[in-house]
Amino acid sequence: MAFESLSEKLQNVFRNLRSKGKLTEADVKTALKEVKMALLEADVSFKVVKQFIKAVQERAVGQDVMNGLNPGQMVIKIVNEELVSLMGSETTELALRPGSEITVIMMAGLQGAGKTTTAAKLAGKLKSKGRVPLLTACDVYRPAAIQQLKINGEKQGVEVFALGDKLSPVDIAKAAYEHAKSHNMNVVIIDTAGRLHIDEEMMKELEEIKGAVPVDQTVLVVDAMTGQDAVNVAETFNNKVGIDGVILTKMDGDSRGGAALSVKATCGKPILYVGMGEKLSDLEQFYPERMASRILGMGDVMTLIEKAQANLDESKAREMEQKFKKAQFGFDDYLESMNQMKNMGGISSVLSMMPGFGGNKMKDVEGMIDEKALARNEAIILSMTPAERSNPDLLNPSRKKRIAAGAGVDISEVNRLVKQFDQARKMMKQLPGMMGGKGGKRGRFRLPF
Amino acid sequence: MEEKKGFFRRLAEGLTKTRNNIVAGIDSIFSGFSSIDEDFYEEMEEILVMGDLGINATTSIIEDLKVKVKENNIKEPSECKRFLIESIKSQMDVGETAYEFENRTSVVLVIGVNGVGKTTSVGKLAGKLKEQGKRVVLAAADTFRAAAGEQLSEWANRAGVEIVSGQEGSDPAAVVYDAVAAAKARHADVLLIDTAGRLHNKKNLMNELGKINRILEREYPEAFRETLVVLDGTTGQNAMVQAREFAEVADITGIILTKLDGTAKGGIAIAIHSELGIPVKYIGVGETIDDLQKFDADQFVNALFLSEDAK
Repeated sequence: MAFESLSEKLQNVFRNLRSKGKLTEADVKTALKEVKMALLEADVSFKVVKQFIKAVQERAVGQDVMNGLNPGQMVIKIVNEELVSLMGSETTELALRPGSEITVIMMAGLQGAGKTTTAAKLAGKLKSKGRVPLLTACDVYRPAAIQQLKINGEKQGVEVFALGDKLSPVDIAKAAYEHAKSHNMNVVIIDTAGRLHIDEEMMKELEEIKGAVPVDQTVLVVDAMTGQDAVNVAETFNNKVGIDGVILTKMDGDSRGGAALSVKATCGKPILYVGMGEKLSDLEQFYPERMASRILGMGDVMTLIEKAQANLDESKAREMEQKFKKAQFGFDDYLESMNQMKNMGGISSVLSMMPGFGGNKMKDVEGMIDEKALARNEAIILSMTPAERSNPDLLNPSRKKRIAAGAGVDISEVNRLVKQFDQARKMMKQLPGMMGGKGGKRGRFRLPF
Repeated sequence: MEEKKGFFRRLAEGLTKTRNNIVAGIDSIFSGFSSIDEDFYEEMEEILVMGDLGINATTSIIEDLKVKVKENNIKEPSECKRFLIESIKSQMDVGETAYEFENRTSVVLVIGVNGVGKTTSVGKLAGKLKEQGKRVVLAAADTFRAAAGEQLSEWANRAGVEIVSGQEGSDPAAVVYDAVAAAKARHADVLLIDTAGRLHNKKNLMNELGKINRILEREYPEAFRETLVVLDGTTGQNAMVQAREFAEVADITGIILTKLDGTAKGGIAIAIHSELGIPVKYIGVGETIDDLQKFDADQFVNALFLSEDAK
């Protein structure tokens, strides 16, 4: 889960701050020292951290604490604002040429960053927006790269242009552009080979491609796990080839990802998308504000709500919301919500966007994430009578035994599900309080203190 | 034909960027400060952190240094350098028995997440052992990734060693079983096993590794066991997380740190050893077979801190 540890760390810091009645200058410094440590541990560039801490400190110390806010709120407000301005205050979309004009997008990055996968995801995304993209296989070095792009392109229903590995990437790019022109396609996505930013020859190849076809957007693909080096990589690619935007990959693969903070601050290029998983829908728009509040452990409610709106049936959603609020739901709703969670990219992806679901709580529900366990749970629930499903309190040992037999599982499995269900119900009870009153839709989370 | 470069030369070359960055910083500190004060330590912290050592390792190194400075009544920043190098060296000691598997009938299991250079490292290691006159058998137990088997076959060809592989999608444990049989039949000195890796698929990984381990224990109990986790040197603090997670599912005996030929810092190696006690046994500094090198704390730290004129 992205930024989990950072969120937790900051939460701990502010929990300590909260317990004190007043915020002194020394308190600010102590808190910011912790913030600094947390940011560094999350691989945020040292220089960026330094700049950040300095900005917050200057503002915090100069502020009149008697502003109607409590001191903790003051600090978190400033930290949040500075985080947002650090990551860029506006959301940037990939700029495309209008109508039938061809937009050329070139992917670039180090080996193993996830360029080929991302290129295909991007193509699929643009296709779903009504564009006609052409994927171009210009990685002639890595043995299975062309094959990989072909397979991924096929999955997205996007044409892949490949001329084998004998021609130069420059010639392939040129031919692809002509192909797109003559076939009325309006986006050309060029997948290039991974290269070290200090490899002069390979960097030159990118420049040559840029010279041969009218590249509109050069997108740097950066592995979110990259350490302090992320900034060097971004800077070098930007200086040598010129980049227009960044896609941060493997954000699902680990709990940090501080590179997101550094990249924009250092080279001034926006992060366009973040790769959150294996599926096409897991290439997500990057929202600096949301990411900032997520880092601060206040969850990413906006993303959650948007996802829910895209995936949930509107009326079902309203119904569910009511049930959430009253914490009245039975196993049928549980099953339903599990299915919808699956549609939204799994429970962990949803919960990770909720405030307060850091490490330990996530571990509590991890059992529910296992796919096979989900299928078993489904079988168990389907073995219950409608009455049992809507009123779980009915479940006595004798009923559980019958259910276990019906679902073909051990009774302990049934007990485990019931326990998990209780946990889920408790979590849901916490939701309405955080969702803010009216409609609960766009309501902002209250600060947790 | 390119002249064959010596170990230190290649290591030094591979680490040039790192060294330039860190040493430039260190030198400017040591000369830019007239006394050892908090500003001095803060500046040092910055350089170590920017070398990806991680904040915890950096803090402990600096604490250690502060104690030594006090104990030895050091006043000159330049004198600090020696103590700093010693401090890091002592944290990085690999131990004398680290490469025992080379001299025994052994099984080397290589694990790691995707894209870190696992298969390549196995191939390079096979080449090195073959050069030493060892009889090597490779097991291509990465049956998940398309073309992983082919990739390893290519390395097997280059190294001139035998390879046992299975169908794509087949049970990796079955490949291991066959490989053990082959290793026994050919009286192999070392059986090298390449495994599949996946991001955050701990459960499958654990099951798979558990199964492989059980087969090795049952079918090849006489073999000396070595389990190496491969980490990408360009990865930041997450390399630590990976090392920690793999240590949970397997009895890790060492680390192969790859991709140190870019501007990768290598500093994470120091952090990992300091925090997890897992030694880095090999580092990858380039594309050829010879670019997989045994990790040597002295040379590594020297290469990291020696300034150009002292070389």
